[in-house]
Amino acid sequence: MKARKKKSHTKEILHRLFKNKLAVAGLVVIILLVLVAIFAPFLAPYGYEVQDLTATYQFPNGTHLLGTDNLGRDILSRLIYGTRQSLRIGVLSVAIASICGITLGSIAGFYGGKTDNILMRILDIYQSVPAMLLSIALAAALGPGINNAILAIGISTMAEYARMIRAQILTIREREYVEAARAINASDARIVLKHIIPNAFAPLIVSITMNIGNSILAAATLSFIGLGAQPPLPEWGAMLSAGRSYMRDYGYLVIIPGICIMISVLAFNLLGDGLRDALDPKMKN
Amino acid sequence: MSGETKEELLRIRDLVVEYDTDEDVVQAVNHVDLQLGKGETLGLVGETGAGKTTIAKAILRILPDPPSRVKAGEIYFEGKDILKLSEGKMRKIRGNKIAMIFQDPMTALNPIETVGSQIAEAIGLHEKLSKAEVQKRAVDMLEMVGIPGERYGEYPHQFSGGMKQRVVIAMALACRPELLLADEPTTALDVTIQAQVLDMMESLKEKLNTSMILITHDLGIVAGMCDRVAVVYAGEIVEQGTTEEVFDFPGHPYTLGLFQSLPRLDSTEKRLKPINGLMPDPTNLPEGCKFYDRCPYACEKCKEKEPEMREYRPGHFVRCIRQGGEK
Amino acid sequence: MARYILKRLLWIIPVVLGVTIMVFTIMYLTPGDPARMILGSNATEEKVEELHEQLGMNGNYFQRLGRYMKQVFIDHDLGSSYYTGVRVTDQIKARLPFTLRIAGISILIAACIGIPLGVLAATHHYTWIDNLAMFGSLFCVSMPGFWFALILVSFFAIKLGWLPAVGIRSWTGYILPCVSGAIGGAAGLARQTRSSMLEVIRQDYITTARAKGQTERKVIFQHALKNAMIPIITVLGSMFGSSLGGALIIETIFSIPGMGTYLTDAISKRDYPIIQGGVLFISICFCLIMLLVDIIYAFVDPRIRSQYAGKGKKKQKKEVR
Repeated sequence: MKARKKKSHTKEILHRLFKNKLAVAGLVVIILLVLVAIFAPFLAPYGYEVQDLTATYQFPNGTHLLGTDNLGRDILSRLIYGTRQSLRIGVLSVAIASICGITLGSIAGFYGGKTDNILMRILDIYQSVPAMLLSIALAAALGPGINNAILAIGISTMAEYARMIRAQILTIREREYVEAARAINASDARIVLKHIIPNAFAPLIVSITMNIGNSILAAATLSFIGLGAQPPLPEWGAMLSAGRSYMRDYGYLVIIPGICIMISVLAFNLLGDGLRDALDPKMKN
Repeated sequence: MSGETKEELLRIRDLVVEYDTDEDVVQAVNHVDLQLGKGETLGLVGETGAGKTTIAKAILRILPDPPSRVKAGEIYFEGKDILKLSEGKMRKIRGNKIAMIFQDPMTALNPIETVGSQIAEAIGLHEKLSKAEVQKRAVDMLEMVGIPGERYGEYPHQFSGGMKQRVVIAMALACRPELLLADEPTTALDVTIQAQVLDMMESLKEKLNTSMILITHDLGIVAGMCDRVAVVYAGEIVEQGTTEEVFDFPGHPYTLGLFQSLPRLDSTEKRLKPINGLMPDPTNLPEGCKFYDRCPYACEKCKEKEPEMREYRPGHFVRCIRQGGEK
Repeated sequence: MARYILKRLLWIIPVVLGVTIMVFTIMYLTPGDPARMILGSNATEEKVEELHEQLGMNGNYFQRLGRYMKQVFIDHDLGSSYYTGVRVTDQIKARLPFTLRIAGISILIAACIGIPLGVLAATHHYTWIDNLAMFGSLFCVSMPGFWFALILVSFFAIKLGWLPAVGIRSWTGYILPCVSGAIGGAAGLARQTRSSMLEVIRQDYITTARAKGQTERKVIFQHALKNAMIPIITVLGSMFGSSLGGALIIETIFSIPGMGTYLTDAISKRDYPIIQGGVLFISICFCLIMLLVDIIYAFVDPRIRSQYAGKGKKKQKKEVR
């Protein structure tokens, strides 16, 4: 009977989610971004590193729909290829953060006692450095480059997941149905699978979605101070940073990549918000 | 015990309350008529979700609007239709002439204010007294419900469930209201504490001559405390009369079912006798009798038309075509 | 109470030690040899060794860690720049006021906009006000902060010329940095305040207050808001932390001589003592802020106060049923 209940439960959640127009808009944008990233070579009119020094600093026009930058590279093409970078950053850094965090949190929550204590103290120390600062410090230590940025962002954001999973495990461990399961001799693994994971799932997926957006922002910030993606990679933050010096006369160099970043992050945030509302049974009523 | 006609304190006429959910409209209260005399205790009995709490909150006009709204009806309190009063005038009645006790004492008190100040707030809102006098009254109320006055400055989390409920009662009775709406006041407490709290409520009620509407799903409490009882089902009153009448001569099949489902010590029955089925979907109520598909005595006529309240025995009304001799 | 404060203060010590070790280790593991970078690729081994000795870069991990810990905690010396030799602590002293001022004012602005907006949205749940406020906040939170700052600069400073683009020679120089710093915070606060308020408004004790005949205004501001603000205190505390981090960006854009530019310059020059010392200093500040937050919490929430009131009070809780 539990299987049947779960299916309609999922359907109900999806139903609630799709009623939220903003969340659906976010989802659509994300799907579009993924498609653009996959089909970039077909969609971009030029290669992202193709320079044309005779056509530098062009405002949006017929041949270059969004203009060109200081080396004559077509901005539209760079933006299109840039989706690959952004999505890569977002997904990979969140993957690193969530896997490390969940592992840590699970160990702490499950074994409890001394292990939990020690791990939590380590997390406390870890979180004493503001996340942004930590990712900057890590990126500075690792050196410039987009992969280092991904690693830095991933590592500095894992604490959230650790605490979330640990809290879930602690709450659920105490719940009666787990006691009941133990009473009928269910193994630990079974308890984890059947009870802990489904319950922890909801806040986790919301966090992951919104953090993809935040990671994209963090990477853009790192690029801005010279860490993170290096030229000629067409990462949006790097494009913005490069355009800064010419902002006075060629504002589009700064405005356009910024808009791209904003739309992508907004899409993830809208979806995350929508997921949170859909998954929270208390909300509508 | 028909007794002397008590002076009428509250009369609810044809009350209809709805509320909106995302997709539908829920018919929470459907054409409810109720009366309450001064000094009387009326029990409002029914399952969870029957609409009892909604009726009480509608009287005090504290239903959240949106999503709920009082669609029709009048509520006469001391002769005046309070549904038509301005918010300002209604506020003077809340906590003062009509007070309410809620079900869960654990969450009914503000956790960051002392219990004394919460009682004092109720007094200060309605009585023109100096701060010192208000505080003294609050301390008196605490003592009246059996809590030492020195605990005025303590916080809710420092009290047990039963004591919290006493504080809630003190708060409600602080301004000597004419009418007390008690929404399942002891459901969340354990049985031994229940008895204590109910006893206390009874004695306070007599001392202060408060009328009460007691909402409960426990027939035992009704038997012990109520003069009259009204049975609520799917937002309607299906039976109304004095407690003795309804208990000795239950008229409506639902009421009968309720009594039969109580486990008895004096019988040798091996299984409990629940009422089969569930309450109808409040967003999609049937045309005819709402109890139709659970009723063992149902007939075709029941399905077609909504039965009216008929006087089944003197002063005892039932909403069923079966009673009143039609079948 | 005093017990609680003491307990928390004692707790800071291992945390600070831990942070020091962590920051030191991160910098230690950085590839590259600064000594070689300073001396150039032609330097002899001898010269490099000499510089190593001079800059305290000889010995193994533990020796260097030990040296650093002693340096920080006993000598109160956060190190000196590899390049200029200027002491980190001196620079921090000179630059910190700017950063603190900007961070402080940003948070103030963020709170003044964000919290009322959140309350407004919560009390008008289900209406267009709520939806607009929440979409607007989400929008602001999705913007790259530095991008917004650049846009503000290009509009107000370059196009309109009302405000200076860089520097803080007069009080007008603070406006753009603080506003751009405040935007993300205001949006975040609005969302958090709203969700905290909604949570509280749902509670039974709010209905109780209404049933007592209390005015809606008092119900919202006295009963609901006070309760809702408790978790917001933590949010404000961590916002301070993130504005310290965000200061790096804001100060870079507006050329403000604060901690932010100090660190970003050091990063581009790989001047590790500065990075190390600066990050450590900011982290310790952050720790202290969170400690302050915890203490304020205990003052404001009687439930927490009781938890730490100490064993003495326990016997007063007579279970008079």
